[in-house]
Amino acid sequence: MNQVALIQRGLARRYRSEKRFKAYGLTAIVSGVTFLVFLLGTTFLNGYTALLQTYIAVDVTILDSDFDGGLSQESLSKSDYPGIIKRSLREAFPEVTKRKEKSELYRLISSGAQYDLREKVIDNPELVGQTTTFWLLADDEVDVYMKGRIDPAVPEKNRRLKNRSIAWIEQLRDQGRIERNFNILFFTNGDSREPEQAGILGAVMGSVFTILVTMLLAFPIGVAAAIYLQEFARKNRFTDLIEVNINNLAAVPSIIFGLLGLAIFLNFFHMPRSIPLVGGMVLALMTLPTIIISSRAALGAVPPSIREAALGVGASPVQTVLHHVLPLAMPGMLTGTIIGLAQALGETAPLLVIGMVAFIVDIPGSPMDPGTALPVQIYLWADSPERAFVERTSAAIMVLLLFLIAINGLIVLLRKKFERRW
Amino acid sequence: MKNISKTMLMMVAISAFSIANAARDNIQIVGSSTVYPFATVVAETFGKTTDFRTPVIESTGSGGGMKLFCAGVGPEHPDITNASRRIKSSEFKKCQANGVTDIIEVKVGYDGIVLGNFNQSEPLQVTRKDIFLALAKDVPNPDGSETLIPNPYGTWKDVNSDLPAIRIEVLGPPPTSGTRDAFAELALEGGCKAFDWVKAMRKSNKNAYKAVCHTIREDGAYIESGENDNLIVQKLRENSKALGVFGFSFLDQNSDVIQGSLIDGVAPEFENIADGSYPVSRPLYFYAKKAHIGVIPGIQEYLNAFTAESAWGAEGYLTDKGLIPLPDDERSKFGNDAANLIPMTM
Repeated sequence: MNQVALIQRGLARRYRSEKRFKAYGLTAIVSGVTFLVFLLGTTFLNGYTALLQTYIAVDVTILDSDFDGGLSQESLSKSDYPGIIKRSLREAFPEVTKRKEKSELYRLISSGAQYDLREKVIDNPELVGQTTTFWLLADDEVDVYMKGRIDPAVPEKNRRLKNRSIAWIEQLRDQGRIERNFNILFFTNGDSREPEQAGILGAVMGSVFTILVTMLLAFPIGVAAAIYLQEFARKNRFTDLIEVNINNLAAVPSIIFGLLGLAIFLNFFHMPRSIPLVGGMVLALMTLPTIIISSRAALGAVPPSIREAALGVGASPVQTVLHHVLPLAMPGMLTGTIIGLAQALGETAPLLVIGMVAFIVDIPGSPMDPGTALPVQIYLWADSPERAFVERTSAAIMVLLLFLIAINGLIVLLRKKFERRW
Repeated sequence: MKNISKTMLMMVAISAFSIANAARDNIQIVGSSTVYPFATVVAETFGKTTDFRTPVIESTGSGGGMKLFCAGVGPEHPDITNASRRIKSSEFKKCQANGVTDIIEVKVGYDGIVLGNFNQSEPLQVTRKDIFLALAKDVPNPDGSETLIPNPYGTWKDVNSDLPAIRIEVLGPPPTSGTRDAFAELALEGGCKAFDWVKAMRKSNKNAYKAVCHTIREDGAYIESGENDNLIVQKLRENSKALGVFGFSFLDQNSDVIQGSLIDGVAPEFENIADGSYPVSRPLYFYAKKAHIGVIPGIQEYLNAFTAESAWGAEGYLTDKGLIPLPDDERSKFGNDAANLIPMTM
């Protein structure tokens, strides 16, 4: 009786502490989710507009006299396309006559429009001698204005887009000659200093090549090391030392691996700077400890009965490992590998040291071409003065997040597929 | 498994060896982050209008670029380095010692350093002396004796009674930045020369003079905000009382958010920097290796593209990016050096 009273007296306190404990957990989750929503929300709000790009319709008249050498391939590719665009703009706005006003008018169209026009004319020489309406790429200032990020109420001297330009844009808008389309260039171009021409493909390809090299190096070496250490190596001081070192390396800051790569690959082997091959090798060094540790854990989790059964029916140790233990440990190994690779995909610091932070326009076609990686591209754009790069930075972050989600999805899929329970 | 990884290792070793020996077919450029916005525009135009590959440009800072550039001749070393100051004689000697003997020097233009704030706030009118007194670590004793005391000033009004009574709070680049070096040299040193006895120290004790004139205070009034000028601009919008130190191109691109302070009565505007009346401006350079011309394709053509009137001229596309062009005579001198590959002397 006395004890029951004691318990009942304490019961309310225990319930309270239980509630408190739950509340702490809930608060932790809610604050975590809030931060995440805030982060993703601002990234998305800043970035989704980068998926749209402004184009201006201009009636472009291409005259025979624009091509001195007839319609040969050479004269088609050498003609003065900026001049053709400027002439067409003057015809569209005949009231613009002053030199300064004209140069402001020309700035409505991106400097990249001429290459687009050139390509179209080379592909269709019959355009010469005709007037065709082209949708030309608009300048980034026009684009930023169309997205409502320039406030016309701000005094004119405090904005880069002047009243005259805004009047022209509004005139074009009334005529239906200005339009926002899906920004395909963002996904097909390499980097550029003109925000409207800058794309993410160069960085994506750089990341793909880097991760490919990392995977091809780190996975086989890591798995082989793990198998040897776990299944074959004798337990002695030397293997203990190796184990301690591997565990230590997993916690070494990534920049150290970058410096190691700089000293070995660049300064000693004289490999070129800025190439994904070197980046992949450096990231492989960084990822190896993660893969070895998780692979060893996966091997250790395979029940000893499997090994004993295999050995008992006469399999050799190598056969035991390759035919029985390895397939069972594979899901765990893959999970560890992919976690390591996802980490490598988001890594910036070691790449900065080996020169993958360069301005690279050409899209890399192999691991030996100079390239950057997605996180480095984000860093580069965040540092650019042009306003239109703000939204592109956020859009690049979204692309990186999509990559990571895809990789994590792959982990779940692989684990589900190969998972076995005993 | 082990066989596979062995073959892998061998393949990597072989490819590493062959890559090291293969010649590059793209120009490699390193150096100053201040010249970077201009060099990248030239490189991109160059890549689009010629058959050469687009040069690869890495922003390493002026000093880091010089170190890489002077390391030697050969495809594993960069061809061109950008600098927001002239090459130092020590760097030049190191270049010579490593076999980089013929260097073509090209001065490309000027850059102004701006002390700016959010444009909804009052624009500031300061002198270089005010800047020195507000930001130096040690300042001359206000009682007139020729001694130094740790900087006692808390607000701009303490520095100069004509200035508003707002707290001194300046966001600027860290010591690794060329912009910081130039700011210390041009703005702070310019201000500390206003004290005759400090100026006299320059002859008697150069190191002490430099320590006084170039050391920025560390008690929180000057806030190191990273090399990212864009971040400084964003922080100024958040904090309307703070001032920021950044390059002119960032003011030019963000004139709807920030405004530049008048220094010695001159506003940081294109014309004022070009004619030299704005006191805090510095020249920008790049250096090319003559030994690489003919080995790496396109260097000569890149030099021509950079020094074309349509690029660095008074109306060229680089002025749209905030470059202040050189006066005509300097432009023709350096343009001639670049076209005829005349190596520099020191």
